[in-house]
Amino acid sequence: MPSNKSVSDAPIVQFTNCRILRDHQLQREDLWVREGKILNPEKLFFDEKGSADVQLDCKDSIIAPGFIDVQINGGFGVDFSLATDDFKSGIDLVSQKILSHGVTSFCPTLVTSPSSVYHQVLPQISVRNGGTHGAGILGVHLEGPFISKEKKGAHPEHCLRTFEAGAFQDLLATYGSLDCVQIVTLAPEMRRSSEVIQELTKRGICVSLGHSVANLSQAEEAVQHGATFITHLFNAMLPFHHRDPGIVGLLTSDRIPAGRRVFYGMISDGIHTNPAALRIAHRAHPKGLVLVTDAIAGMGLAPGRHTLGQQVVEIDGLNTYIAGTKTLSGSVATMDTCVRHFQEATGCSVETALEAASLHPAQLLGIEHKKGTLNYDSDADFLMLNDSLYVQATYIAGEEVWRQDVSGM
Amino acid sequence: MKLIILENYSQASEWAAKYIRNRIVQFGPGPGRFFTLGLPTGLPRDHPESYHSFMWNNFFKHIDISPENVHILDGNAPDLQAECDAFEEKIKAAGGIELFVGGIGPDGHIAFNEPGSSLVSRTRVKTLAMDTILANARFFDGDLSKVPTMALTVGVGTVMDAREVMILITGAHKAFALYKAIEDGVNHMWTVSAFQQHPNTVFVCDEDATLELKVKTVKYFKGLMLVHNKLVEPLYSMKEMGTERSQSKKPYSD
Repeated sequence: MPSNKSVSDAPIVQFTNCRILRDHQLQREDLWVREGKILNPEKLFFDEKGSADVQLDCKDSIIAPGFIDVQINGGFGVDFSLATDDFKSGIDLVSQKILSHGVTSFCPTLVTSPSSVYHQVLPQISVRNGGTHGAGILGVHLEGPFISKEKKGAHPEHCLRTFEAGAFQDLLATYGSLDCVQIVTLAPEMRRSSEVIQELTKRGICVSLGHSVANLSQAEEAVQHGATFITHLFNAMLPFHHRDPGIVGLLTSDRIPAGRRVFYGMISDGIHTNPAALRIAHRAHPKGLVLVTDAIAGMGLAPGRHTLGQQVVEIDGLNTYIAGTKTLSGSVATMDTCVRHFQEATGCSVETALEAASLHPAQLLGIEHKKGTLNYDSDADFLMLNDSLYVQATYIAGEEVWRQDVSGM
Repeated sequence: MKLIILENYSQASEWAAKYIRNRIVQFGPGPGRFFTLGLPTGLPRDHPESYHSFMWNNFFKHIDISPENVHILDGNAPDLQAECDAFEEKIKAAGGIELFVGGIGPDGHIAFNEPGSSLVSRTRVKTLAMDTILANARFFDGDLSKVPTMALTVGVGTVMDAREVMILITGAHKAFALYKAIEDGVNHMWTVSAFQQHPNTVFVCDEDATLELKVKTVKYFKGLMLVHNKLVEPLYSMKEMGTERSQSKKPYSD
């Protein structure tokens, strides 16, 4: 019999003939879902004397938690750092399209922009659950403008700022509001950055180090004040040096406060980082690796020119440069491509590759009790993939929100 | 009794599984006609290694049984004796146990009917012997103080009421208990010996479990394997059930 009426009326779905990612392993188990959450079938059986209403045969697919992208600047022609009139429909479009890449939750990212852009754009983004309309929004990632001039990368120099004048008050004034902000990337070597990091951490905002020329001790100090993430490791920071590893040294630093873990984003599109460097980082600190796309507006579109905030970028294949230069600016890789490339380049297990895009970002944001895993009572955001890690179907809150079109092959 | 001797643990398990399957199919269960399978009880609930978890992971989740048809003694019931009495009533209401499948302890106990249990006992609360506590310590990180000292169990008499009894015995550490159970007399210190007086018992074991038996006993029953194997081959299926039912007579009687 289905659900016990005294507990819940909602239908129970049992996904069978699948391998689910649980406890860091692919296990041959069924996945049970009720009311948008993963259900414990043993409790259902003994306590409620309930059983499934619907059984779905997954044809031996892999079922993994939905991917979480914490650094994505736009896509499909939409640029999150551009204050357009139809901004809301732009973000809706992206959140809908990335379902096919396996992303069920994301942090729309804004690159360094003039203060006016933040004031116009931020109020238009709200934290919301995903569904058939698109992937869920966990909060905004503000990458800049409090970053280093020397490592600005594709960010516009005239918009860069420091903490000299008013530190945290300055930051608040620049952004306008921190209501929906989940992550802030800043350069810790800037004066008064420690107080800012402390203020942000106090408000539950994840502080990330990036676009910086900090040395290792400056980076460690930042971590001690609350920083927990590194924005696209290796890119826009000092290269690893054996007498001063810089930010990269955080991966194996012994000055990390007890019980804390430093996470680091990696764009594994095969361009931003040489596979050998990817392997070095992964082997040094496998549990901290978070796959991000850093995708820009051109992702999903044909090669050519697109905008990235105040800049114009040029796309040629998988490479994206500031128009007329060789400076990399974001990527056009999709999350599932990154997962596959990561798995091939490092030779890691399927489980590790999948966790780098689901469990680790959830742990970074402190939401692993409800996202990023298939544990009982978690949100039922998951993917069906084949053995080559191509997404076949995407589910949010137990509902199918995207399926690979088999007909037009 | 039928003594079925297989080479090793996997073969013994497989033979037993096929036998149970054939019995169920031959019985022809359906709406209102239940095949009542009896299994011995175990550890209390609310423990990751609890009997409920064990039964779920190893049995229930692999089959399509309805939860209402599962009856497990509840060690957390407020009135334990009432729980036991109710269990006996449920068995009666279901028409009695068709087949009881159990194992044997190194001290020759069936279910938790420790040495000294009455051979006509019913479902009740039982204090566990040290042997059993030691054997169960592995489920409690080897910490003896954490192992429960009491358990609810079906009685020897309860199992004797089943229409058929199957006991699975594997491993050298059970060899002496098997010897006491089938080559010595009926004795309440080795409660499994009670089944010598049951009309329909099957003992399934591996080579190691026969180490304490007389060579004569082992040779006799091994010689019967050709006949005994007819109980598992052919393997019946529910679809063929109609035609087979008329030919479901046992190849020989005990």
